[in-house]
Amino acid sequence: MKKFLCMFLCMVLAMQALTGCGGKKTGENGVVYVYNWGEYIDPETISMFEEETGITVIYDEFDTNEAMLPKVEAGASKYDVICPSDYMIDKMIQKGLLAELNFDNMPNAKKNIGAQYYEQSKGFDPENKYSVPYCWGTVGILYNKTMVTEPVDSWSILWDEKYQDNILMQDSVRDLFMVALKLNGHSMNSTNKEELEAAKNKLIEQKQKSLVQAYVIDEVRDKMIGNEAAIGVIYSGEAIFTQRQNPDLEYVIPKEGTNVWIDSWVICKNGENKENAEKFIDFMCRGDIALMNFEYITYSTPNTEAQRLIEDEDIRNSKIAFPNLDDYENLEVFRYLGEEADAMYNAYWKEVFSN
Amino acid sequence: MSKSRKMLSLPFLFWSALFILIPLCMVFYYGFTDKNGSFTLQNLFAIATPEHSKALWEAIKLSVVSTIICLLLAYPLAMILSNIRTAQKSFIILIFILPMWMNFLLRTLAWQTLLEKKGVINSVLSALHLPALNIINTPAAIILGMVYNFLPFMVLPIYNVLIKIDKNLIHAARDLGANGVKTFLHITLPLSISGVISGITMVFVPALTTFVISRLLGGNKILLIGNVIEQEFTVTGNWHLGSGLSIVLMLFIIFNMVLSVVTDKDGEANAI
Repeated sequence: MKKFLCMFLCMVLAMQALTGCGGKKTGENGVVYVYNWGEYIDPETISMFEEETGITVIYDEFDTNEAMLPKVEAGASKYDVICPSDYMIDKMIQKGLLAELNFDNMPNAKKNIGAQYYEQSKGFDPENKYSVPYCWGTVGILYNKTMVTEPVDSWSILWDEKYQDNILMQDSVRDLFMVALKLNGHSMNSTNKEELEAAKNKLIEQKQKSLVQAYVIDEVRDKMIGNEAAIGVIYSGEAIFTQRQNPDLEYVIPKEGTNVWIDSWVICKNGENKENAEKFIDFMCRGDIALMNFEYITYSTPNTEAQRLIEDEDIRNSKIAFPNLDDYENLEVFRYLGEEADAMYNAYWKEVFSN
Repeated sequence: MSKSRKMLSLPFLFWSALFILIPLCMVFYYGFTDKNGSFTLQNLFAIATPEHSKALWEAIKLSVVSTIICLLLAYPLAMILSNIRTAQKSFIILIFILPMWMNFLLRTLAWQTLLEKKGVINSVLSALHLPALNIINTPAAIILGMVYNFLPFMVLPIYNVLIKIDKNLIHAARDLGANGVKTFLHITLPLSISGVISGITMVFVPALTTFVISRLLGGNKILLIGNVIEQEFTVTGNWHLGSGLSIVLMLFIIFNMVLSVVTDKDGEANAI
């Protein structure tokens, strides 16, 4: 047994020596545990980070904020760096799960991320102490120009009976209610019972008139590319991708306003590698790295250096990837509304679906 | 002898403790407690709210319909299978089981592609100038998905009891003047009822609890009890309510099981 163990250790050492040639030896400077959205990074950038810093990256993925939280909260898996969305960061701050960042260790984060994105982050991280923006975007209407000939500029088109069984809605509670709340002229962070009730009734009306073809999340992309539906509610990051695949598609931000969302890097309080975590975040904020990630995932980057480096002029000036937010009114960032409001939203959501 | 025999069951006991007993205990713990960990029955009674009872009712409706369709399709098929020659038989069974070599999710996704508005079936129909088939994202599509996925679970137990029926009994009935229908009603059907009950359970239970089929083929528009429970765990994060509703669902299933155990006294049907 001892012999076996000895051999095993030798093999591990030998393997490290073999893989570690070139740059620094991977793992010589410890590890960093990263927890990010699925398909939300160029894997090449991780290898580059490992090679340049000698820090091993243990990388896991989640698919919803809500699924990520209990894992982090339970503390069994000690993640260092996570990339949640705005309102979830708010919730995690309130729950005391996040560590304050030291921006002196992250010059790129200080220098490259546009000031307006930090300003926007104040909606959920009032003093910019906990988060560094990674991706951002809007939620809007993606429509097929061959099926929709009228001009599209309002959420109300989602209630137009011409498009019966031709509309795709988002299958997540906040995004779904956002549309109805905005259409009614209310805040998407509303906790007012009457406003939510009105939004719920609007959504039930839409469902009962069979306007909605399906409630989906990621499938909006494929269905719109495949001409399955005329109109879909979609994240702006997917819009560029879908347009590349199907030039008939057009993306608009409705005039009633919408959700401006930010996914940001944060560091977990119970993580054990804070220094490495800051190095990782800073690396991701480097212009060339942010550019690689932008080109890979096509979600808008808040990294001004990367924006400057984009070669394709159409993309660099794209109103979809980089809209001038001053042109739009009533843009909002989701906030965490507290457990009671969460429960209220969920109850209304269930009502919409059971009708 | 008996001691070493018992040792053989150790791996399975270990397996069931780890993956059946402990998770089940956790479901019960969560189901009977609230956020603060104190005892409550509220999660179970939550089934009475209009949304939940409607979801349960929808699930029962769809799974009963699918079970009946499965039975109507499977019984004749099982009878044909049990009467044909061995070489052909294994080939037909192979064809039947072949789709099960592929993952259940992929097969359901394939139906999505087939049934979509611009999907394979509609492309063929429109090429032939036939009216389009519009069942995607309707209850009909969910039933289709259930029948397609669970049909083998109905055929196999019925087939299994049918081949065990002593052919002499049938010959005797015919000799004594019973016609085909009478023989079927008085000999074949009563002798195969255990397989039918077992098949019903094996189709009804997964159909009742499914959430994937209704999501992929129903466009998330029809909320089944399985969807409610899934969402309580993954989206809403209320594990207590999710567990409570699961327990209620388990009660339904146990009722179904008891029914099958009572009728299936010799337990032959379970021996597949």
